[in-house]
Amino acid sequence: MVVTCEEVWREISNYIEQEVDPDLRAAMEEHFRQCKHCTAVLDGTRNVIQLYGDERLLEVPAGFSGRLRRRLEQEMPAPRGNAWGWMVAVAAAALIVIGGVAGRSSAFNTPLRSEHAKPALVAVPADMMVVVADDGKTFHAAGCPFIHDKAHQRTIAAGEAIREGYTPCMRCMRKYLQLSTLAPAHGNDADDSVNRRSGF
Amino acid sequence: MMLSEAMVNPSLQNPGEGSPEVQLIRRVQDGERELFYELVRPYERRVYSTAFAILRNEADAEDAAQEALLKAFKHIRQFRAEARFSTWLIQIVVNEARMRLRRVRADLIEPIDDRTSEEGNYTPRDFADWREIPSETAERNEIRERLLAALASLGEKYREVFVLRDVQHLSIDETAKALGITTASVKTRLLRARLMLRDLLAPGLGGSWSSRLSFVKGNKPW
Repeated sequence: MVVTCEEVWREISNYIEQEVDPDLRAAMEEHFRQCKHCTAVLDGTRNVIQLYGDERLLEVPAGFSGRLRRRLEQEMPAPRGNAWGWMVAVAAAALIVIGGVAGRSSAFNTPLRSEHAKPALVAVPADMMVVVADDGKTFHAAGCPFIHDKAHQRTIAAGEAIREGYTPCMRCMRKYLQLSTLAPAHGNDADDSVNRRSGF
Repeated sequence: MMLSEAMVNPSLQNPGEGSPEVQLIRRVQDGERELFYELVRPYERRVYSTAFAILRNEADAEDAAQEALLKAFKHIRQFRAEARFSTWLIQIVVNEARMRLRRVRADLIEPIDDRTSEEGNYTPRDFADWREIPSETAERNEIRERLLAALASLGEKYREVFVLRDVQHLSIDETAKALGITTASVKTRLLRARLMLRDLLAPGLGGSWSSRLSFVKGNKPW
């Protein structure tokens, strides 16, 4: 079997990948022994593969990891449907608001800012100052890294935040979500001075 | 759209069923979003270099890489355990970078090789003898820049294939899946990319020029 230079070029990549059949391989090896130009192409092609295969060639820019992590933290949407969320959702029907966060206002009728939010138990002191962002859906403790839009944040009382339809951040407000104090899921609605449905 | 197709149809079998990565994926899918970064951290370089290969610009590549990872997070529940996570991620990055490139394409001068058909044979243009490669090559900025410039001069379809296969060491099959093309196309484009890069680099990095040979370009001895 004899191969021409054109045939060698056509198969040189497969030859390097060892994906040519034995007959063709033997013919190409014979060709390389006699043709210094095709040998130069073979050597050069192997060098290209070796040079670009060096992992130092395309390194990520300095600070890439930190910037990526910050952006993920800032923009990842609030969790929903996770184990914690479902625990909260199960307890949704009976809502306890310590300190009269919602009072007897119409907070319970306020549409939730998040269509995915579920009613839940909240034990956030009504007068606690929290941070909200205009286009966000949750309220946060000051400094929480999950504040949605730091450029348009404002500080208001937790009771006000709930009346506006904000829900507690699952991160920074976690300690106030006192599942252990949950009332039965149904049946205490009559005493809404204790058990209230908030906009969560 | 390409993105959703990529996410619904990651078709490579995942050899690591039950592996720590698969367990991590399940935890993120179950809502432990803080673990997402840990999940994608091993692929940072791969994600970035894929975006860079397509966009040829560090800032754009970084932004596209971040955006792609956010999309991956948003759609993590669509990832199926039988697929290979790395390929799924690369598909999303490729689509994100391609989308950005299309957006600005009107302003770009398309590399000449994108206007040529990949059918037909590629004829090497230069026959410099290039047996040795410079020592500590990748550490030398001058050579690194030259390699990146040569890569950037290739057409998009050749850059994509070459970077996935020869820079990131994906298999031919994985490269085909990630790019949504056939393995035959991968092989054809890979051959061209390698030969074009050799033509671009051999004269300088090989330290000798074709004029040393007994023939000149366009007057080949066969």
